Amino acid sequence: MTPRADTPPVTADVRRFTTLQRWTHRTTAALMGICVITAACLYVPQLAELVGRRALVVTLHQWSGLALPVPVLAGLASRAFRADLGRLNRFGPHDRTWLRAALRRDKRHASRPAAKFNAGQKLYASWIAGATLVMLATGLMMWFTHLTPLLWRTSATFVHDWLALTMGIVLAGHIGMALADPESRRGMRTGSVSREWASREHSLWRE
Amino acid sequence: MNDEHPEERGTPIGRRVFLGTLALGAAGVVAAPPLQRGLEAFLGGAADKDPTGLTGLLPNGGGFRYYSVASSVPRKNAGSYRLTVDGLVARPTTYTLDALKALPQTRLVRDVQCVTGWRVPDTPFEGVRLSRILDAARVRPTAKAVRFTCFDGTYTESLTLDQARRADVLVALRMQDKDLGHSHGGPVRLYVAPMYFYKSAKWLSGITVTDEVRPGYWEERGYDIDAWVGRSNGRDDDPTS
Repeated sequence: MTPRADTPPVTADVRRFTTLQRWTHRTTAALMGICVITAACLYVPQLAELVGRRALVVTLHQWSGLALPVPVLAGLASRAFRADLGRLNRFGPHDRTWLRAALRRDKRHASRPAAKFNAGQKLYASWIAGATLVMLATGLMMWFTHLTPLLWRTSATFVHDWLALTMGIVLAGHIGMALADPESRRGMRTGSVSREWASREHSLWRE
Repeated sequence: MNDEHPEERGTPIGRRVFLGTLALGAAGVVAAPPLQRGLEAFLGGAADKDPTGLTGLLPNGGGFRYYSVASSVPRKNAGSYRLTVDGLVARPTTYTLDALKALPQTRLVRDVQCVTGWRVPDTPFEGVRLSRILDAARVRPTAKAVRFTCFDGTYTESLTLDQARRADVLVALRMQDKDLGHSHGGPVRLYVAPMYFYKSAKWLSGITVTDEVRPGYWEERGYDIDAWVGRSNGRDDDPTS
């Protein structure tokens, strides 16, 4: 008998991300990585002295920064990607429960209900998207020095510097949490996670 | 339906966080001047009591930033440093560091202003007026401009002869009442007080009088040649001179 097309395959794995979504993440991560490394070489005096070559480093930083939103914008063409953006956007009552537990440092799975994305992931995604665009806008003001009067540029530098430091800390948290959870990393690397992990970490996740 | 898709009818908090971050960023740009003054005062106080030096890594508009366009810059001291003056002059000259120190010194206190935005208020520079060095070399009548070269092997700058003869243009030996360190362009750098700081070439090693202005390193990459603070690169606020 031919199996019905909508019958889910009987495996121990669950599909979490499509190929396109994983490439969106990979290219965004690579561009962000270049931004962070070049930023350190431009900003930290010891690294700046070690590396020098300011014109080259500035060019790398500017173009990787400018390209940073491109993978996400390209990803919008994918239905699966748009569906996940919708999931990241919407917060339900369980997200409030999750955030309260996180604030109390309560790590029990029962007190951290989550659907496909937990409340922390949702906050991270929304914030880093906004912060990236603020970095882009202030960065463009510093890049094109004829665009705005100097007072604006001084202010843009101020926001760019402090937000860079904040983003560095938040990104370190993002990477640290991924390092602590191999199955979550497998989800982003291969697209699949074990059913057991999904029901433990994302008990409310239904396709 | 609701049980299966707990997020379908949820509140769009993600969008609010996203838009809120954008709004905060815009507010940060608007509120930056007072915020920056407050933070500088606070961090300045904290840095005095900080034995770890970590506060030095925090973003601080009140500090210098290290810029070098070369891959590495050799170190020069009183023994190895030379400044050559040549081109359209009757008396080409080479100065040692001691010879420069023996000339009359001028001290100026102005704001250092980088074209990208950072500034270091009330920074003292001390050195020999460039006009004195040019006069000593006897500039020929056909001369129109001055080109500066640096011992990093890459950086160049330029001024018209009129700009170079201003009283607020120095061949600087000291900054913040200390001898110029290597990272600040020592032992000798140019200091062009009325212009953006990219004109103040670090690691100065050559002064060549020419018959026309030749664009310097950053000027070939888009910055204004006449880099008056207040009248160039899109700026319209108070000049530094």
